[in-house]
Amino acid sequence: MATRSTAAATASRKAPKGTTAAPGLRDAVVVGGNRIPFSRAGKRYADASNQEMFTAALEGLVARFGLQGERLGEVVGGAVLKHSRDFNLVRECVLGSSLSPQTPAYDLQQACATGLEAAIAVANKIRLGQVESGVAGGTDTVSDAPIAVSEGLRRALLAASHAKTLQQRLKALARIRPGDLKPLTPATDEPRTGLSMGEHQAVTTARWGITREAQDEVALASHQNLARAWESGFFDDLVTPFRGLTRDDNLRPDTSAEKLAALKPVFGKSLATSGTPAEPTMTAGNSTPLTDGASAVLLASRDWAAEHDLPVLARFVDAETAAVDFVHGHEGLLMAPVHAVPRLLARNGLTLEDFDFFEIHEAFAATVLTTLAAWEDDEYCRTELGLPGALGKVDRSRVNVNGSSLAAGHPFAATGGRILATAAKLVAQRAAETGRPARALVSVCAAGGLGATAILESA
Amino acid sequence: MTDSYTRLVNTGITKTLAKRLGLPRPAVLRRYAPGQPLTVGPVLVLSDAASKADADRVAQALLAWDLDVRRDPVEVRADPGRLGAAVLVLTELATPQDASEAVLATGSVLRKLAPQGRVVTVSRARTAEDSPELAAARQGVDAFCRSLAKELRAGATGNGVVLTDGAAADSTSALGALRFFLSARSAYVDGQLLEVGPTDAPLPTTWDRPLEGQVAAVTGAARGIGAAIARTLARDGATVVCVDVPAAGEGLARTANAVRGTALQLDVTAPDAGARLLEHARARHGRLDVVVHNAGITRDKLLANMDAARWDSVVAVNVASQLRINAQLLEAAERGEVSGLRVVSLASTSGLAGNRGQTNYSFTKAGVVGHTAATGPLLAAHGGTANAVAPGFIETDMTRAIPFATREVARRLSSLLQGGQPVDVAEAIAFLASPAAAGVNGQTLRVCGQNMVGR
Ligand SMILES: NC(=O)c1ccc[n+]([C@@H]2O[C@H](COP(=O)([O-])OP(=O)(O)OC[C@H]3O[C@@H](n4cnc5c(N)ncnc54)[C@H](O)[C@@H]3O)[C@@H](O)[C@H]2O)c1
Repeated sequence: MATRSTAAATASRKAPKGTTAAPGLRDAVVVGGNRIPFSRAGKRYADASNQEMFTAALEGLVARFGLQGERLGEVVGGAVLKHSRDFNLVRECVLGSSLSPQTPAYDLQQACATGLEAAIAVANKIRLGQVESGVAGGTDTVSDAPIAVSEGLRRALLAASHAKTLQQRLKALARIRPGDLKPLTPATDEPRTGLSMGEHQAVTTARWGITREAQDEVALASHQNLARAWESGFFDDLVTPFRGLTRDDNLRPDTSAEKLAALKPVFGKSLATSGTPAEPTMTAGNSTPLTDGASAVLLASRDWAAEHDLPVLARFVDAETAAVDFVHGHEGLLMAPVHAVPRLLARNGLTLEDFDFFEIHEAFAATVLTTLAAWEDDEYCRTELGLPGALGKVDRSRVNVNGSSLAAGHPFAATGGRILATAAKLVAQRAAETGRPARALVSVCAAGGLGATAILESA
Repeated sequence: MTDSYTRLVNTGITKTLAKRLGLPRPAVLRRYAPGQPLTVGPVLVLSDAASKADADRVAQALLAWDLDVRRDPVEVRADPGRLGAAVLVLTELATPQDASEAVLATGSVLRKLAPQGRVVTVSRARTAEDSPELAAARQGVDAFCRSLAKELRAGATGNGVVLTDGAAADSTSALGALRFFLSARSAYVDGQLLEVGPTDAPLPTTWDRPLEGQVAAVTGAARGIGAAIARTLARDGATVVCVDVPAAGEGLARTANAVRGTALQLDVTAPDAGARLLEHARARHGRLDVVVHNAGITRDKLLANMDAARWDSVVAVNVASQLRINAQLLEAAERGEVSGLRVVSLASTSGLAGNRGQTNYSFTKAGVVGHTAATGPLLAAHGGTANAVAPGFIETDMTRAIPFATREVARRLSSLLQGGQPVDVAEAIAFLASPAAAGVNGQTLRVCGQNMVGR
């Protein structure tokens, strides 16, 4: 998509009192959301499948909004770690839910941006008038992840199944070596670099000179903010318990700067040998843990929401995705949102100051910090983003005010739905308090150098 | 969902054995299903001489319900078939001596009463102005009815409609209550006398979906009795807002989806719980007609070992929350946001008789009985009512926690020789929420199978 002008050029323009919808398109609004509490891998949901978890997220949503027997426009979602038998995962979940079996569905996957990309897809169809309502979401389980067989075993088994005679079959199977029998656990390492996401981020972290203390501060704030949000009942209409778990079990309300400071770094092994040698700073405390969970967000046209006597929390204003060349080390793996946001702001005539809330997915504490640092960097914004100068400074008190992935956990495809529902409720509450429109910027980085971003505005 | 003892003594070889040994044999109770006949057989209407005119009016009303109405006990005794119910009208009974003929006639047909049969008395409440004779006669009906109920077997029950403030024997109030007692909806209500007063409300003409078009909120709806209440109110036509604490959301969603209602994760002890409940009901469903205060907890301890946490939490959930929510609903009624509101609260037989280890619980449940009597007139000013239901031993998660022996004894200590099902409590609540109960206000109805415990 071509940008109309640079961000800096539009920055000087006074932001309108609530951005206007794109001409010819109607509004897509967020009605509400539902997720199950997120649980650290191998704990409460150890034997729960993606299908069970996403069905539970849907059932809670249906109950909250009285959608039993309702034929929705579509349900879109996915899982990053997915069994091949789950080829129609979301449709199967719909069939197992209280929604009308006439509700279409499809699976979609964009690594950690799956949930947000699903919402973009649903919102766009609503804006175009192709559907009146839809659910966007995602689910992931590391506990029940598919285990693949080794390449040697797989080829041998395939050859055996294609064999016509017993002899041929035995010959095919004889090719199997003991080493082939070791199962392959799913890897989230980048296929092109062989580096884990953490190692990639460690390089970016060092490049931007992000300190250990700053990262621990982000992690501490995440836990404190999420704990406060739970205590205040913020999630009472956003979460439905599952399998007896009533709150995110990664949350450590009692964590402290001291406890976080005591943890040993787990990422950054490659730093010593890299061009810019640096001390590793990323620990288990300031990196998100592997997590199981599912989330769903209900989007609709204004008419549909009104006809169904349903509340409207926020308007899904616009979205932008980006990708970066991380393979050749030119840009950090998780920096794509940094590129997407200026384009998104420019198209909507907004600046960073026009936002009341920033929901920046905490893949790592350092991801948030490098994102903010990049936008503040004059030189970087000029050379890398093609802007006339720094994009701007984000007011830190507006970032992840009710916690984010460091505290809640991060079941890859479920994170987008968690963030969207939280952001939509935040802007709705703020607008109700102040009587003025409130806006949130959502940013989710993803494997593969991908990123998805979106703007929500109180409806 | 019958308990295993009841199943055992009612089936196969163990049934024969139980009969030989003379073991108590609790009956499998007939429960309500839409479309089923109102009674299991013909209905005999009897009265003392002075109440004959009222009895005629009651008989007319029963005929209008397509019942096979009989007036002659001799004929009933001669009939080879079983009797479905006996209605004994004693509204104009003036002295104790005048009851003789009518009660003996009733006695003469009891052996003809079918299993799951009904005996219902219709009488007048004693008032302060009554002469001593009149007072004696009226009060006499009370314990007569309770004693008779204890003599009935095989799932048959005995209950009484007690008219207050000059309510007519064929008024909506009287007939609504009579119909409830005759029907299978009152399966586990036994030995109870329900006071009904005058009302302007017309007698319903259809009975299958009495709550059609209405919106009801049920607290504690995630499981147990609350889930059964939600299902029963939905079956009767209501749209149900299911409320429970956020931590019980999984069961709550299940209930809400089963009844095609909405789930509201809300702690009833929240200061604004009433306002939020009302807001949800009105925004999503346009109105609020029925509120069932079912959420409740037990924190049993002998008083000597009681701590503040146990006492205060039980008070907060079981009674203080109801008072606060009712106050907010009354304010809404003042503003005209709700009208004709029916409130039904869960009391308990522990709140009537007291129970060792439950000083906190029975304090709150008696509190429910008390505030219901006081709230009734306040709601009546806005066309509504407040009533309570006091369950005895009901088979739920709450009572599954009771040790086996105690539980077994608790079950058998009632005229029906068994614990009740959550749906039994729900049916009573659905009745109190229905148009037919417009004349019932401020009352507490026991659903206890005539448990020996309590008054
Ligand atoms: N089971 C019996 O034999 C029996 C007998 C007499 C009275 N009761 C009364 O009937 C009612 C239901 O009993 P049950 O056996 O179904 O109990 P239960 O424990 O199975 O269910 C009670 C429900 O209330 C909910 N609840 C508790 N505190 C709440 C709060 N603060 N806000 C919202 N919801 C809350 C619980 O989460 C639960 O879902 C209670 O009031 C109880 O005292 C039960």
